Amino acid sequence: MASILTNLFDGVAYGMLLFVLACGLAVTLGLMNFVNLAHGAFAMAGGYICAVLVNNSGWPFFAGLPLAFVGSAVIGVALERTLYRHLYARSHLDQVLFSIGLVFMSVAAVDYIMGSSRVFIKLPAALEGQIDLFGVGIGRYRLMIVVICGLLTLALQLILAKTRFGSRLRAAVDDPRAAIGLGINVPQVFAFTFAFGCGLAGLGGALSAEILGLDPYFPLKFMIYFLIVVTVGGSSSITGPFLASLLLGIADVAGKYYVPKVGPFVIYTVMIVILLWRPNGLFGRTAAR
Amino acid sequence: MFNRRKMLLWGAASAVLPSLCASVPAWADDAVKIGLILPMTGGQASTGKQIDNAIKLYMQQKGDTVAGKKIEIILKDDAAVPDNTKRLAQELIVNDKVNFIAGFGVTPAALAAAPLATQAKIPEVVMAAGTSIITERSPYIVRTSFTLAQSSTIIGDWAVKNGIKKVATLTSDYAPGNDALTFFKQHFTAGGGEIVEEVKVPLANPDFAPFLQRMKDAKPDAMFVFVPAGQGGNFMKQYAERGLDKSGIKVIGPGDVMDDDLLNNMGDAALGAVTAHLYSAVHPSATNKDFVAAYKKAFGNRPGFMAVSGYDGIHLIYEALKKTNGATDGDKLIEAMKGMKWESPRGPISIDPETRDIVQNIYIRKVEKVDGELYNVEFATFEAIKDSGKTKK
Repeated sequence: MASILTNLFDGVAYGMLLFVLACGLAVTLGLMNFVNLAHGAFAMAGGYICAVLVNNSGWPFFAGLPLAFVGSAVIGVALERTLYRHLYARSHLDQVLFSIGLVFMSVAAVDYIMGSSRVFIKLPAALEGQIDLFGVGIGRYRLMIVVICGLLTLALQLILAKTRFGSRLRAAVDDPRAAIGLGINVPQVFAFTFAFGCGLAGLGGALSAEILGLDPYFPLKFMIYFLIVVTVGGSSSITGPFLASLLLGIADVAGKYYVPKVGPFVIYTVMIVILLWRPNGLFGRTAAR
Repeated sequence: MFNRRKMLLWGAASAVLPSLCASVPAWADDAVKIGLILPMTGGQASTGKQIDNAIKLYMQQKGDTVAGKKIEIILKDDAAVPDNTKRLAQELIVNDKVNFIAGFGVTPAALAAAPLATQAKIPEVVMAAGTSIITERSPYIVRTSFTLAQSSTIIGDWAVKNGIKKVATLTSDYAPGNDALTFFKQHFTAGGGEIVEEVKVPLANPDFAPFLQRMKDAKPDAMFVFVPAGQGGNFMKQYAERGLDKSGIKVIGPGDVMDDDLLNNMGDAALGAVTAHLYSAVHPSATNKDFVAAYKKAFGNRPGFMAVSGYDGIHLIYEALKKTNGATDGDKLIEAMKGMKWESPRGPISIDPETRDIVQNIYIRKVEKVDGELYNVEFATFEAIKDSGKTKK
């Protein structure tokens, strides 16, 4: 019984982590209709920024996290202004080629600067080990991930649904021409959204170093997971990818625990079944409208 | 058809060669070229860098002339992709006319070059790849690294003798991982041990949590672990996070997981892990202390077992050339290498004259803190271990 709950908790934590990593992609892909395969590169950037600050400059871990967010967001906005915006109107194939090229460049650059071995972020002692809650082992680090990601999800949902910026963004996405006509500065809204998505990826990258491992191949290794989350979740809202992440996280952990021989396939089976059932994802566009 | 064409080619080549040789300029006689093929980029790059560093260090220390010949190293990067290895080896042999090919970060790379070494009749010195079969693939292959069987069987033997009865295994699902598992299981169960749980983890595994939980619930005395060197740190961290260290489940395994190169980054989670391996940077010998000090001074970090394998590899080449008086005939060089014995930083080693594979001590080590840094401290020695993957046959 205790290990079922521990597994459930691990699955939730893993899913939450996937969500923070992938939700930026859901925004660019779903809301801005831009296929950005380089999303993982921003996550990696965040991870390395945090690692350098914490390990080399002696910053506390909790100060490194926001800076991973800010750092990735700044890189994101710089690239958006210089490169990405020229490709918004281009075909998806162009976008894919461009962004995968960016991935390879980022891999080579990080390999050159930081070396190819795995990097770990030094954690404060308070985050190490497990706490025992009514006989259920809860990893402290994973608990922190659940808390941070839970709060983020709430905040994101509120921003999108309740704020003026949220409504501008939705307007800009639904009909950019009409939105411009109404005086909404669409390029600015997109730039800001893009930067925010990159920042979230950066934060996710910093958080995931401990669990997924951080090396120069991060963007390639986890690209597939991000894409699964977005395809399964559908890309028209935040709720879709969130539920998809949770589902996949739990399915992955449970699969590996109960049927270790086929464990790694569970996540893909779940994806295939869901896509057969709902080709546009759990909360796909056509389903929502 | 193909063979006949090949024969024709060889015939033509041998007809042309003597006339070519006559016109070769004088410098070719006093230079020995070594084609070094290593992964200098990609996931295995740390292996390549260590070997390259060690060879540079050796040549700084011993000079670049042996038996009157100048040694010239030509370094090529294959990124551990066997297709590249083959192409590069071919280029080195045909265009650069190298006298040795050396390096080889992974098993498929070493195997890809094997037929070329046979055809060109030049020694292939394997400095990293660790699968048993490699030296059987060409009579010109000599190995200075290790085989996985050497460390995995020894840790199995050691475990049964030291009160470990029940073991759960966690190995990455790829050739070296499966090798390690098979050899460990053979020796551990033959000694009366019991495997209570066997989990193969996918190679590109993002999160160990569910597998570790399974290990914890199986309540073994120890868990046998083999994951690619880079994943060792993540593994040990999650092992500690889950409290497996406190529940008395020890970590044992072949020493690749606790590579000196990575050990210090793993944090205190790695403390107490017991592994069997050929080299530790704190091996207590004067030769090793000098080696470690020189390596640290030159490159700023400590050498791992890959560096030692490279260092011994180039040493073997130097000594073989001394023995042949600088002659670069492949068969003579291989003859010279067979049975060679010397004191390496890792301890006494030799080249098995029958298999051309390395014979070396395997040490049982425990991760401890020495001067604020993590090291594998050796506490038991199994002497002159041959590759049991081959001695069986």
